[in-house]
Amino acid sequence: MEGDEIMSEQKKYSTIEEKQYLVRFNADTKSHLHVKDEDICLNHCPDKICTIFCPAEIYKWEDIRMHVGYEGCHECGSCRIGCPHQNIKWEYPKGGHGIVFRLG
Amino acid sequence: MPEKFDAIVVGAGPAGISCAYDLAKGGANVLLLERGEYPGSKNVMGGVLYRKMMEDIIPGFYKEAPVERPIVEQRFMMMDKESAVTFSYKGLEWAKEPYNNFTVLRGNFDQWYAAKAVEQGAILVNETVVLECIVENNKVVGVRTDRPDGDIYADVVVLADGVNSLLAQKLGFHKEYKPEEVALATMEILKLDKKVIEDRFNLEENQGCTIELFGDATKGILGTGFLYTNKDTLSIGVGTLLSGLIKHKIKPYELLEYVKNHPMIRPYIQGSEPQEYLAHLIPEGGYKSMGKIVGDGVIVIGDASQLVNAIHREGSNLAMTSGRLAAETVLFAKKMGDFSESTLNLYREKLMDCFVGQDMKKYQDSTHHFNKFPQYFDEYIPMVNKAASQMFTVDGASKWEKQKKIWNGLGSPKEKMKLARDVFRVWKVMK
Repeated sequence: MEGDEIMSEQKKYSTIEEKQYLVRFNADTKSHLHVKDEDICLNHCPDKICTIFCPAEIYKWEDIRMHVGYEGCHECGSCRIGCPHQNIKWEYPKGGHGIVFRLG
Repeated sequence: MPEKFDAIVVGAGPAGISCAYDLAKGGANVLLLERGEYPGSKNVMGGVLYRKMMEDIIPGFYKEAPVERPIVEQRFMMMDKESAVTFSYKGLEWAKEPYNNFTVLRGNFDQWYAAKAVEQGAILVNETVVLECIVENNKVVGVRTDRPDGDIYADVVVLADGVNSLLAQKLGFHKEYKPEEVALATMEILKLDKKVIEDRFNLEENQGCTIELFGDATKGILGTGFLYTNKDTLSIGVGTLLSGLIKHKIKPYELLEYVKNHPMIRPYIQGSEPQEYLAHLIPEGGYKSMGKIVGDGVIVIGDASQLVNAIHREGSNLAMTSGRLAAETVLFAKKMGDFSESTLNLYREKLMDCFVGQDMKKYQDSTHHFNKFPQYFDEYIPMVNKAASQMFTVDGASKWEKQKKIWNGLGSPKEKMKLARDVFRVWKVMK
């Protein structure tokens, strides 16, 4: 079963916005994630798979450019490893910033 | 702070804290650096902490540590869409000392554990990112942090910076991981009344249960789901190879919702309230993905060195043991006054000689195998479910007829050969 099919099945289930609302973030004022070459996303990456596998859905394609909502990043590293073009510069947020897990 | 430490440990997770604890206890002057607001604030784990490896460091820790429940039952569910074949072991020897394992919430546990290391004399500094190791004459001599005047020096640097280990990568110890070498896990902590948990999971007070989920929990993709009992919360999650999510174009949190709403799982969690949502990578490349773990003035431990036994969902215990062995090695090197790679290599030897290295070797082909042959998850698990259903449904057919039907259901002689070959293969990679 592919992604679309699951999505239609799951409309009644909790959304990523609801999930992200449960998490505490202490966002820095500047991003720790950078698209290295925007042209690659625009012209050489039809799948834009980062918009699918990012567990916080912080990558959003907006017409001609990738919007990176770094404030909601879980700092898992998937985008750095999963980007088929190694087009994401991935750093840790400044000390004490970023996601703050309270429980798990 | 002193100008130079005996050791700097980067990262306050199970590996780093264990190492810092034993180093401080052994009289070393140790700095433990953590990038989060507090130890645990960046750390994620399904939730099983193994007693033995923790007790090698702090005997009787469970008497005061914030553990959730000792596990008395481990269930394994092989799931199809509307059915599951489950097997389990429940043993009350696990309900009393010395215990086997516990569920923990890392936010609480890691803070407690780090405080114990501080009691031993380790200096803990939070909110500090290590940007790189300072290398002089091919030897690691300290770390560069993101604090003003942030260079700190030490005889040895222990990298416990987790699955992403950018530091070890910058040293050239390992290449960037591939999507088939890491699993992306998402999980939620669900609030549920203590008594309700005990009723639903058939538990007495202060007993816990873990359920591992295979097959339809990951929609047949290589990976597992899990459902663990804490005191008054449940941890539910699902992890699959990142390459699997990419291939099938599945959103990880939607897979988590799929598991939560699976008819075999929903009754366990009904009425619970989500408290937190977490995502993290698990290094699952195994032995073959392990890079260099020792250099001049540097040792790599825990997830940073890929120490995870994915088949037995063990990781934190391997991390703790690696931290302990690194500490032993550093204390020895300190006594010798020699922090060269050849002396520190003692760590690698100790690690490979004990259960950590042995188990890493034992399962070195497992991830690759199951990744290459997805039929175990997407064909054979449904097959087992169907066979169980046929055998246990009383419909007037004789048991001989049923057996024959199940046998024929395995397919043509060619398909049966393939099945036999796959059974042999799995024996070979797991033996």
